[in-house]
Amino acid sequence: MSVDLHTALAILAMGLATYGTRLGGLYLLRFVNVRGRTRAALDALPPAILMAVIVPSVLTTGVAETVAAGITAVAAMLRLPMLVTIVVGVVSVVILRGVL
Amino acid sequence: MAFRDFRLGVVDMLPLLIAFVPIGALWGALAAGKGLSPAEAGLMSAGVFAGASQFVAVELWHDPAPILLLAFTVFIVNVRHFLMSASLSRHMGAFPKGTRGIAVYFMCDEAWAMAERRALTQELTLAYYLGLALSAYFTWLFSSLAGAVFGAQFGDPAAYGIDFAFSAMFIAILAGFWKGPRTGAVLGASALAAALAKLFVPGVWYIVIGGLAGVAVAAALYEEEAVAA
Repeated sequence: MSVDLHTALAILAMGLATYGTRLGGLYLLRFVNVRGRTRAALDALPPAILMAVIVPSVLTTGVAETVAAGITAVAAMLRLPMLVTIVVGVVSVVILRGVL
Repeated sequence: MAFRDFRLGVVDMLPLLIAFVPIGALWGALAAGKGLSPAEAGLMSAGVFAGASQFVAVELWHDPAPILLLAFTVFIVNVRHFLMSASLSRHMGAFPKGTRGIAVYFMCDEAWAMAERRALTQELTLAYYLGLALSAYFTWLFSSLAGAVFGAQFGDPAAYGIDFAFSAMFIAILAGFWKGPRTGAVLGASALAAALAKLFVPGVWYIVIGGLAGVAVAAALYEEEAVAA
């Protein structure tokens, strides 16, 4: 269980870079008046980010992932509990990977 | 009250924690394969705590570690956290003074998404948030340590579809944000921009680009409505 100094420095730099992104966000809206259009725009931020995370990853991984994402979306729109939706997604991707 | 909220956060996070274990172990095994000691792998999971960027870092890793390249690459991969914590800061009104800066240290994509989901229906408490974030943090830390020590005992997470659990979870959470056709326009813009960015922009800028495209459309549609009214 040894820690090399150079490695520790690299990890520290990576940790600071990451914490910087997380901490920086807290100050991003500090001087923004969150009303009206700004508010509507910020309300759209979480779903827009989620969509941007999901789409490229399910489209570029393979056909099984793309189809499984569609099945998962249907389960989600039916308002199934989250755990059930995740299980539906995982089971469909396993089956589809086997079939396709 | 606080403990109940904390426990609720852990319980809500549980399906994701299960998925964290094999992926953390896989990362730990890859890190060990690159010559990192278990202590160093654990230090990275504790100090960086960002799965995607840790996989990228291990891929770039060689001895001696290219410090600036690693820090810069990890920063770029995690730029999305600016937007995530900015968005989450709007729901931290109930957090005691001075706790926000510490709270965001433990923010991963999954805890962020679950916290945003919670804030849709009720006030986000620090205890609930910590239930999400800390359970994710320690699950990730211990599973990556286990992977570094014992190797990837669970095999390839893709074999069980575990890797897809995160996409499925994001899709499930996304459905809760649906508020009608305008959400459709936001999501369409985000999806299109993210897909194009993925194709034509190197690196992982696509998340930020897609997110901002969705925000731009929301802002534009708001104006249209105000003019019509």
